[in-house]
Amino acid sequence: MTTSYQRDDSLDSASEFNESVEKRESLGKVFEILFLLGLLVGLFILALLIFDIGRDGLLRFLTPGFLTETPSRFPEEGGIRPAIFGSVLLGIIVILVAVPIGVGAALYLEEYAPKAWWTAIIEINISNLAGVPSIVYGLLGLGVFNYLLGFGPTLISGALTLSLLSLPVIIVTSREAIRSVPDSLRNASYGLGVTKWQTISHHVIPYAIPGILTGVIISVSRAIGDAACLIVVGAVSFLTFDPGLSQRFMALPIQIYSYITRPEPGFANSAAATIIALILLIMLLNGIAIYVRQRFSITR
Amino acid sequence: MQFTNNQDDFAATAHVSLDKKLLDDFQEKFFATILFACGLVSVLTTFGIVVIIFQVAFEFFQEVSLADFFLDTKWTPLFAERHFGIWPLISGTFLTTAIAMFVSVPLGLSSAIYLSEYAQPKVAAILRPAVELLAGIPTVVYGYFALLFVTPLLRNFIPLEIFNALSAGLMMGVMITPTVGSISLDAIKAVPRSLREGAYALGITKLETIFRVVLPAALSGITASIILGVSRAVGETMTVLIAAGSQPKLTVNLTESVETMTAYMAQISGGDSPRGSLNFKTLYAVGAVLFLLTLILNIVSYWISHRFKEKYD
Repeated sequence: MTTSYQRDDSLDSASEFNESVEKRESLGKVFEILFLLGLLVGLFILALLIFDIGRDGLLRFLTPGFLTETPSRFPEEGGIRPAIFGSVLLGIIVILVAVPIGVGAALYLEEYAPKAWWTAIIEINISNLAGVPSIVYGLLGLGVFNYLLGFGPTLISGALTLSLLSLPVIIVTSREAIRSVPDSLRNASYGLGVTKWQTISHHVIPYAIPGILTGVIISVSRAIGDAACLIVVGAVSFLTFDPGLSQRFMALPIQIYSYITRPEPGFANSAAATIIALILLIMLLNGIAIYVRQRFSITR
Repeated sequence: MQFTNNQDDFAATAHVSLDKKLLDDFQEKFFATILFACGLVSVLTTFGIVVIIFQVAFEFFQEVSLADFFLDTKWTPLFAERHFGIWPLISGTFLTTAIAMFVSVPLGLSSAIYLSEYAQPKVAAILRPAVELLAGIPTVVYGYFALLFVTPLLRNFIPLEIFNALSAGLMMGVMITPTVGSISLDAIKAVPRSLREGAYALGITKLETIFRVVLPAALSGITASIILGVSRAVGETMTVLIAAGSQPKLTVNLTESVETMTAYMAQISGGDSPRGSLNFKTLYAVGAVLFLLTLILNIVSYWISHRFKEKYD
């Protein structure tokens, strides 16, 4: 028995077989702790990051006028109002443009699309788009919105580029939400002689809204935090007015980037303070989503 | 549409319901078409990306030969003596990506293993979203942290340049950890319970079950998650732009400043190169390489994870 064990083991060249169960179990304990540590490293860095940014930026963030004034060449003066304005406006347009199209596409794929080669192409295409780097979307926006449609380096070009960037995530998460609507609900509706669109608009969408909202918030938060594609489209790093739709624009991530790249030391604090503003904005968005989601879950 | 005895009323109702049916049919077709159009937007997006990038990239290659692009070892499009060898940008990208994977694979996998095999479900329900917060943090923030916290900290121990591949890669790794972890976790969870129980029945320990049974069974999903992580790292811009600098160098020295493909693109487009100039076209040539690279990685990842799904579903 022992010999056959050893012969098997020599075939498995990976390691000697250790017959002591205690040793093997204690090795298991060691690895359990290692795995836990691996998990906690990420959380530790997250905590460190928040602490570092709070330490560097909180004082500057609380300076009067930081949120309400326009930027200044001096690190201790001025504020980030045009950037906040730009980011909020970008976020609103992304919600208005990307959400209807994304949910529409998800509804089409889940409720209408026949099983055919071209629907398979749409599906694979969407999952690939989700992996296209942000800066490549910037090239698309530059080509289509800036030059082809002639919008130039304006806020609307940036917003539409961000909308295209958020579409795949909205479509994927909305599809999951729509798929989780039980078929019995649809069948009951059809049983009453209601058309497909009425079933969708009266039953499927309201039922799926909490899930759809989750995806919308994830993707809009990402869009608001994204800078790479806005740099390509032509966001500027210094504005002394609130941007309009057809003007050059700023956004919070761009403001952060521009503060980081200034050599004078005081701007690092301004960058950290702007990061606080950006994270608060994203948290506010998430808060609204959670609130709306809960309201919908109750009335459902 | 109520039942009545009156003949006229009945006729009237029938007429109304015919109108209503026509209206319903119209509504039905109308919305089906609109929703189809929404689905088409994604196809148009891909089409737009391909056409625009490759059109300008093609113009670029009429001025700069493919041989120069792929065989030259210097990338100096902004200098008086111009060189258009893509390799320094590719090496910068791979250097930072390699560091990022060196961080995110062990962290992501150990998170996935702990959450799936060890953590109580209630604990996992809190820890998983907590780890995924890392993916929701804007990437400029990682750039800030890499440049102003990690680099000064590491400089106490290692002679680093202010802009260096190491800090950028490390923070990018933290950022990508949830991507690797999340997909690996799904793959590990999809391994049937019976396999684990079979292993326990043979008398092997939990750790051995994980390494000899669970991980090999989930290997395709884990591989897919790692490839997707590589793709994210290759495409990430702000962290490397801020922390790795803009010195296109053919080097594997991670204490030096390098330039990635994405950082070059951000740098050149921030600098207002006039449309149609050769500098402007380099943006698209590099973009084309980046797009193809991430596309291949995404397709491979998708393909591997779908093969794996067929196995267990």
